[in-house]
Amino acid sequence: MAAVGGEEVKLLGAWPSPFVMRPRIALNLKGVGYEFLEEVFGVKSELLLKSNPVYKKIPVLIHAGKPICESMIIVQYIDEVWAAKGSAILPADPYDRALHRFWAVYIDDKWFPSLSGISRAQTEEAKAEAVEQVFAGLKLLEEAFEKCSKGKGFFGGDTIGYLDIALGCYLGWLKVTEKMTGIKFLDEEKTPLLVGWGERFCADDAVKGVMPETNKLMEFFKVLQAKFKAASAK
Amino acid sequence: MVGGREVKLFGMWASPAVRRVEWALKLKGIEYEYIEEDISNKSTDLVKYNPINKQVPVLLHHGKPIIESLVIIEYIDEVWKHNPILPKDPYERAMARFWATYSEDKCRSAAREVFFAEGEKRVKAIKCLEETLRALDEELQGKKFFGGENIGFSDLVLGWMAFWLGVSEEVASFEVLDPNKFPWFTSWIDSFLKVPAIKENLPPRDKTVEFFHSYRRLHLAAPKC
Repeated sequence: MAAVGGEEVKLLGAWPSPFVMRPRIALNLKGVGYEFLEEVFGVKSELLLKSNPVYKKIPVLIHAGKPICESMIIVQYIDEVWAAKGSAILPADPYDRALHRFWAVYIDDKWFPSLSGISRAQTEEAKAEAVEQVFAGLKLLEEAFEKCSKGKGFFGGDTIGYLDIALGCYLGWLKVTEKMTGIKFLDEEKTPLLVGWGERFCADDAVKGVMPETNKLMEFFKVLQAKFKAASAK
Repeated sequence: MVGGREVKLFGMWASPAVRRVEWALKLKGIEYEYIEEDISNKSTDLVKYNPINKQVPVLLHHGKPIIESLVIIEYIDEVWKHNPILPKDPYERAMARFWATYSEDKCRSAAREVFFAEGEKRVKAIKCLEETLRALDEELQGKKFFGGENIGFSDLVLGWMAFWLGVSEEVASFEVLDPNKFPWFTSWIDSFLKVPAIKENLPPRDKTVEFFHSYRRLHLAAPKC
């Protein structure tokens, strides 16, 4: 599909990946069409290896033949190239931008590893610690939401922004973890603002078509777990 | 000079993450008040402005805190637009951010592994670190700096490798910065350290070596879980 100026936009990715969701949401927010090239799980395509030789990971955006890697870097790129289209992803004010960037780093470096740490935990103790960290993180993010949203519906204000994308992409996996542990992480009583935000995010036009169904993700996760168990048993 | 009393930086003299913020401030000619933190006894101010991880660097601008060195540098570049650190072109900006992220995600952890590892683990860790040097060497081919003719965002973020990696080599007794294996990268180190804003803002080498010796000893002596 051709975008502004007729240059082709392709995205290498896979439907279960929260990281792949990020540029898809960004492109949707900008109303930019793209060709989605689904990678087969467990097999890295020639195009992927050629476009991202350093990390060999999805997502990779290929715009006018040039590859851009790393999900949040791709999101910023999309925001900058198509600045004149759709809604702004990063806010205009430098301090607000810094807040969005900081929390996105926190989410990727600290929060999501504790979430994925729950299923990887070898002992009950380790699991309990990971659970506590997830809750502690959500409490911080609830406060961050209050500060960033300024009374509006998203971290980005009236429309989905950088930080919404950074956190929102993990909602599917958060729901899977809730189902598997029986623990309600997004709780009306503990983090009411985030609960409301989560519903709005998932219902948004830019997100609806790319957020995987929780049941489908659960099935995929079970397949993943079985593969890891088999691999570590060898 | 711009900035003055409205800009404060909480830092620690030996920290590369703090220095890279100072380099950015110096490149822009921004005046700032520097507050040295005792990491073993953090000030109430630091904890107040960065309650999340209580770490340096923290930049305070008009009393508002900005955290995370890469985020701080982008903030500085956006508020003070002269002497730009990031390029204008979106693709070039994405590449600058990519190599900055590579520094933090891959190079730092690889170097840390080598620094603390012993025996077989050390051999393996050195191989990983050399892989990162190879990637950086390849990226630099035909360029003086990652930013091209002048230093830019990735140079500032990768800058720790121009000084602290050499210190690590001395402290932990290993050698990876081989000009035969990584000619472009070692040449970049020389060029980078000649830039006035960098040259005039490095910690004293002897003191840094001493500091990292103690740091390493402490870490290796700590009971392993």
